[in-house]
Amino acid sequence: MHYTVAPGLYALGTPDETSPVFVTANYKLSFDKLRSALPGRDAWILVLDTKGINVWCAAGKGSFGTQELVRRVAASRLDALVSHRNLILPQLGAPGTAAHAVKKQSGFSVVYGPVRAEDLPAFMDAGMKATPQMRIKDFSIGERAVLIPMELIPSMKWGVILLTATLLIGSFGNPVHGVFAMLMMLFGIMAGAVLTPLLLPWLPGRALSVKAATAGLVASGMLLVSQPVFQTGAVPFAAPLGLLIMATALSAFIGMNFTGATTYTSLSGVRKEMKWAVPVIIGAGVIGLALWIGALAVM
Amino acid sequence: MNRFTYLADVVTLELAPEKCVGCGLCAIVCPHAVLQMNGSRAAIIRRDDCMECGACAMNCPTGAIAVDAGVGCAAGIINAALGRTGADCCCVIEPRTNGDSQSPEKSKGIGCC
Ligand code: SF4
Ligand code: SF4
Repeated sequence: MHYTVAPGLYALGTPDETSPVFVTANYKLSFDKLRSALPGRDAWILVLDTKGINVWCAAGKGSFGTQELVRRVAASRLDALVSHRNLILPQLGAPGTAAHAVKKQSGFSVVYGPVRAEDLPAFMDAGMKATPQMRIKDFSIGERAVLIPMELIPSMKWGVILLTATLLIGSFGNPVHGVFAMLMMLFGIMAGAVLTPLLLPWLPGRALSVKAATAGLVASGMLLVSQPVFQTGAVPFAAPLGLLIMATALSAFIGMNFTGATTYTSLSGVRKEMKWAVPVIIGAGVIGLALWIGALAVM
Repeated sequence: MNRFTYLADVVTLELAPEKCVGCGLCAIVCPHAVLQMNGSRAAIIRRDDCMECGACAMNCPTGAIAVDAGVGCAAGIINAALGRTGADCCCVIEPRTNGDSQSPEKSKGIGCC
């Protein structure tokens, strides 16, 4: 399977020397999105070698950048092909490209197009002018939903070990408790990896770990109160309490890792969040585990 | 409901207004409308919305903007703290399924690449 496009110059429709030049990454999805956003239009598409990475990510790493752009413009002899001197870049390519440096080194002016390719026709028809809305990178529920597997799959590896361990350890109390303990952990994982991205705007707090802790606490708390056995006093209360704390900490940790996928968290902010969140999560995990194991020993 | 603000008073974004020549590019490239033109000079109007992507500083022709650019990603920070190399973060808005044969970390392609 290939998710890359060969870097270089492509023709969309039948472009001539007056046709616009759009620049994109050689990640197939970026290229396809650009192409399908311009139905029936004639244009040149200049594909940069970003090692198959999308525009924003590559711009952050610098592979979608000034150097590569200048090199590609020269290699494709663009100056002989078009009479104008404009390159239309996706706005999210800006972290890697310096418009003034491109101009100086290639003679071409960079025009930053909209964030989303689908706004390109409107942008072109307005004489290469973007509305303020076209300039904003938001984080819609659809985008957040797409990220769920990317949160879940990395947690699967250690998640399976953790779930098996809680099942086994809990079964020392009794098998029913083992299953319950495992479900509590599963709720913690799901709250962090699924509920947190989906419910992001509605969860309280700004720190991702706080949002996810809330989701974890509510989800595992609901599971807990649905179990009448804990109201009979047959199981020491420290057992479900310990599990509740562990599930909350688990969700908070996964939620904290969601910072890597959001479109708005800053590096300084994540550093600040982690400074207190990591010790709190570890502390909570240890306390929860101690409470639970202690209660199991009594059972 | 699709726009978010992260922690308050934490970003490293700095603007030196006396160096600004009013080209307006910083306000154009910012994906969170942090910067806006105030007459012939740029101004920071939504500081806490800044994600430190570095687009503004990169495109300012006079170096009037400074920001410690980077990807805000907990896993990347953890990996760096543990001394793992080649596992810096990447924004995964689109699924990253492409493997880069030179780097084993990259071929995993999910979460952090
Ligand atoms: S670093 Fe990025 S988000 Fe922050 S002000 Fe500059 S362009 Fe906007
Ligand atoms: S990019 Fe620099 S010079 Fe241009 S408006 Fe912004 S701060 Fe001023």
